[in-house]
Amino acid sequence: MIEVNELTKRYGDKLAVDHLSFTIPQGVVTGFLGPNGAGKSTTMRMMLDLDRPTSGSVRIDGKQYGQLHEPLKYIGALLEAKAVHPGRTAYNHLLWLAASNRIPTRRVDEVLALVGLTAVAKKRSGGFSLGMGQRLGIAAALLGDPKILMFDEPVNGLDPEGIIWVRNLMKSLAAEGRTVFVSSHLMSEMALTADHLIVIGLGRLLADMPMNEFIDRNSRSFVRLRTPQPERLLDMLSANGITALQDGAGAWEVEDGDMARIGDLAAEHGVALHELSPQRASLEEAFMRMTAEAVEYQTGAPALQPAQQQEPEPAAAWGAGWKKES
Amino acid sequence: MFPVLLSEWIKVRTVRSTFITLLLTLVVTVGLGAVVCAVLASTWDTQPAAERANFDATGSSFSGIALGQLALIVFAVLIVTSEYSTGMIRATLGAVPQRLTLMLAKVLTVVGLVGVVSLLTAFISFFLGQALLGSHRTSISDPGVTRAVFGMAIYMTLLALLSVGVAFMVRRPIPALAILMPFFFLISPILNAVPKVKNVAHFFPDVAGRQLYSVHGNTDVPYGPTAGFFIVLAWSLGCVVIGYLLFARRDA
Ligand SMILES: Nc1ncnc2c1ncn2[C@@H]1O[C@H](COP(=O)(O)OP(=O)(O)OP(=O)(O)O)[C@@H](O)[C@H]1O
Ligand SMILES: [Mg+2]
Repeated sequence: MIEVNELTKRYGDKLAVDHLSFTIPQGVVTGFLGPNGAGKSTTMRMMLDLDRPTSGSVRIDGKQYGQLHEPLKYIGALLEAKAVHPGRTAYNHLLWLAASNRIPTRRVDEVLALVGLTAVAKKRSGGFSLGMGQRLGIAAALLGDPKILMFDEPVNGLDPEGIIWVRNLMKSLAAEGRTVFVSSHLMSEMALTADHLIVIGLGRLLADMPMNEFIDRNSRSFVRLRTPQPERLLDMLSANGITALQDGAGAWEVEDGDMARIGDLAAEHGVALHELSPQRASLEEAFMRMTAEAVEYQTGAPALQPAQQQEPEPAAAWGAGWKKES
Repeated sequence: MFPVLLSEWIKVRTVRSTFITLLLTLVVTVGLGAVVCAVLASTWDTQPAAERANFDATGSSFSGIALGQLALIVFAVLIVTSEYSTGMIRATLGAVPQRLTLMLAKVLTVVGLVGVVSLLTAFISFFLGQALLGSHRTSISDPGVTRAVFGMAIYMTLLALLSVGVAFMVRRPIPALAILMPFFFLISPILNAVPKVKNVAHFFPDVAGRQLYSVHGNTDVPYGPTAGFFIVLAWSLGCVVIGYLLFARRDA
């Protein structure tokens, strides 16, 4: 079991991780979610004793990573940056890793096959594509057959086929009873793979709960209305104690609205409706609202107005804007 | 400890730069030493009397180290800095988080590998140089000669160790080389030419090393081969220890 306790990391006057505490549940996929610069990679590096915490601690079954004997048999990690010498072959990279932790050499061939790199095993890794490099990193993480796996943005740079492969790999690793801790800045990605969710923003913990609970709590449902007669619609709704809010795109939203009742009311009052539809705000939006609030709390800057839309946001569009304000 | 040593050994033998730099060290040292000996032999009669009186046949056959150490320094620096420039240090420390063990394994790998290459370099340089010196040659059985030949191998090994220490302090290849190269090629020779400062420069590792691998040594230098050995050793261990202290403390 991994316990992170009041973990803090300061780079100069930049607080990258701020009194972060959480426990990673065993045997499931835990998503570690946060916008760019939230401190995910820094936290993971501290978990592996690569970066020294300013304060706080990480305990892996009660021990610090540096106290683990032959740690690759215990925890396998894929970090953000490439950690391979470009002049060395994929096989030799795994070979020295295996030797350092007394892992049998045949395991090198096994993991190469597992990630689909057998054909290029004897090629120097400098010529690998982003996706191949990522696969080699995953092979290295799996080398010691560890019961805990840590992946920092494993789908970065992968094509759709590769993304699905990683998703399935994580699920199957968890199905084998392993603990999988995977970071991402995409809620949509996590919704597909994670059983548990830990959300951070600006180095602080924002949420730590099972995925189901996060979905129940955060996917707001509402009824969307469009009409050529907005005054009449609003009068009718307020007369019946229903509040509607404009969504910025010419439509109206009724939080947790009863669609049948609104439809009946409109018919009774002769209000023309061009749209009457049930909506569920995306998790992406909930996540954005959550992280935007973290910024507001710290800097007093106004929260980002979340775009009210159904489709998930494009990958990298957000996060960049508010980060500048910190 | 043994698995870590094995892993470090696999690392050095699976990249090309190791072979290139070590081969270059041997070839340049032996080759330049041979040229110097050949030139000395052919111009013997025109050499000033003082030169002839101070002539050290063994030390002369090791003249090539002045240039050969360049490649050796590059080898030692790259072993450490390539871990940082490629990001591999994180994989390394992920596998071996005990930093003292890791550093010891690296140091022992360098000592072992450079030790072998240095012994080869020293003996080949010596015998080839003596063959070219003709009638001015010395014999391996003469007093102090064996000590000087082994001294050469020891000096080269300690020089590599010193470079490893500096590389751990600096972490990036260019700054590490920018510190080491001038130190051995410029600063020490220049300081050696300035009267008072000379007394300080006498304790620099290259000067101490020369005492170690010459039979007669430089009479200006106020100590002999044994002290020379300890001075070089102190430099190397000093750099390795400082390198370790920084390595142990810093973020990878
Ligand atoms: N070595 C470092 N020196 C200085 N600042 C750093 C260092 N590493 C990280 N930071 C800063 O700490 C903060 C957290 O960075 P980190 O890389 O952990 O974020 P992240 O959540 O992994 O982001 P991303 O999604 O972009 O990978 C950032 O503001 C970053 O600029
Ligand atoms: Mg990151």
